[in-house]
Amino acid sequence: MIPRGLLAASVALSMAMLSGCNTNANNENTVTVYAAASLAEVFSDIANQYEQANPNITIELSFAGSARLAAQIIAGARTDVFASADQANMARVLDAGYTTAPPKTFARNQLALVVPKANPGHINKLADLANNRLVLAACAPEVPCGALAKQVLQDAGVQANPDTYETSVRAVLTKVTLGEADAGLVYATDVVAGGNKVMQIPIDPGDLNNSGPPNKPSQPNTPNNPSQPRFTEYPLATITNKATAADFANYVLSPQAQHTLALYGFKAP
Amino acid sequence: MRQKQPPTTLLAAAALATAVLALPLVGLLQRTPWSSLGAILSDTATLQALRVSVVVSLTATAVSVALGLPLAWVLARVPFRGRALVRAIVLLPMVLPPVVGGIALFFALGRRGLIGRALHNGFGVDTLIGTTAGAVIAAAFVSMPFFVIATEAGLRQLDTRLESAAATLGASRFTVLRRITLPLLAPSLAAGATLSWARALGEFGATITFAGNHPGRTRTLPLAIAQANEAGQPEAAIAMSVLLIAMSLLILIGLRHRWITPRVDTSGIGQSANPSPTSAPQPPQKWLP
Repeated sequence: MIPRGLLAASVALSMAMLSGCNTNANNENTVTVYAAASLAEVFSDIANQYEQANPNITIELSFAGSARLAAQIIAGARTDVFASADQANMARVLDAGYTTAPPKTFARNQLALVVPKANPGHINKLADLANNRLVLAACAPEVPCGALAKQVLQDAGVQANPDTYETSVRAVLTKVTLGEADAGLVYATDVVAGGNKVMQIPIDPGDLNNSGPPNKPSQPNTPNNPSQPRFTEYPLATITNKATAADFANYVLSPQAQHTLALYGFKAP
Repeated sequence: MRQKQPPTTLLAAAALATAVLALPLVGLLQRTPWSSLGAILSDTATLQALRVSVVVSLTATAVSVALGLPLAWVLARVPFRGRALVRAIVLLPMVLPPVVGGIALFFALGRRGLIGRALHNGFGVDTLIGTTAGAVIAAAFVSMPFFVIATEAGLRQLDTRLESAAATLGASRFTVLRRITLPLLAPSLAAGATLSWARALGEFGATITFAGNHPGRTRTLPLAIAQANEAGQPEAAIAMSVLLIAMSLLILIGLRHRWITPRVDTSGIGQSANPSPTSAPQPPQKWLP
């Protein structure tokens, strides 16, 4: 009996210690941020700037596909701020009742077509992706970049069959930078992140923005809204009631952070 | 031998360990949408993922057996310098994060990889991304060590005097292999193949990294589960998880008996229970007789 009691006590104690030391949800001076994979570089920069301006605050960043982050938050992940790469995944978190303030859009991004520097697939335009012999990497439709890619391809009337549907835009970029894929559909900002290993193939602005009625006779009965611009919006919301979390969220919308976002190729909201 | 009552502490610790391992499964079962389970599991996408899973895991197991058996043989029977190092390298995928395995596979078999370039130029293999072959390679990479380690242990336990006796009586090397060694080794082979199959069935990280995620080709049940979970379809994710757990559980239950109590007397020859002096690792023993 005594050993069992001891064991139970030690288990309870270690549980308490574990839960006490590994989460910062109760610590006002640490702000945990779950951010979309495409924000990896720019948010690291913004967090550094914020930490320099607020030396007692630590920003802890965690990057993954927006869908995964949303799923983790809905499953109870203790994060303070969520920055999604589209409205749909923010809406999931919002609808589940996890946000503590209305989400605010802080940036926009457009689709980009990238190929390895040597362009082994000889790709010159979006329509070239219809060639099934190419190795094409795209995001899964659930991930913002996948939804965007699907939309743009559909608008342009290009029948492309990706060889792999990645769960984050950076996984697509990696396959292109490694030269394992002939082409990848990523964000405009990822072209910067891909550095000199990738080359961007311009997409016809008409296909990219789909401003006005679709000029391609593509599927008239698909429920796509022709007036909807073809870019993804980045909303951000606080998940806890920490004052520091709200302050960091405001900072992302501040002129300084907006300037940094622009440097990385993001468009203003 | 009289059975002793095991210490209470031991039982309590064992109960705790069981709880740690089983509670997540209980949680999953408690959230399982039993009423819509049939509909989700008979969905085309689920059946497709199931088919890919079965094909990929069984093929990977076949590859593991074909390549792993000679390797286990060499590791168990051929003394050479650096054997410990080779064994460590061979077993590394068991402890490596599978994502690392996936990236490493690119550097070996990718288009710009060590032998990938030759495959690309010489054999016209354009890419392994989005191909079932790629998924099989990823699964074999992570699961073969399980077959090798079980088979090597089996070979080491084997009473080599039986093989010597057969050889003395004029049996050829092939006859000894076929009539003595392989029958004696059968339980270890079965255990190793089953373990490696179970591991291949659950493989995720190396597959999605190296072979990508393509429906009908590389999207196995684990990939489909991850995708459904992230897509805000927890019911589908849970239902497919239950299916995968049921499959793995069946495999492991089938395995358990052979794994815990290896029998060496399959064909009625090897009744010798004496451990041979060369047998290094002992088989896993039951705590109580």
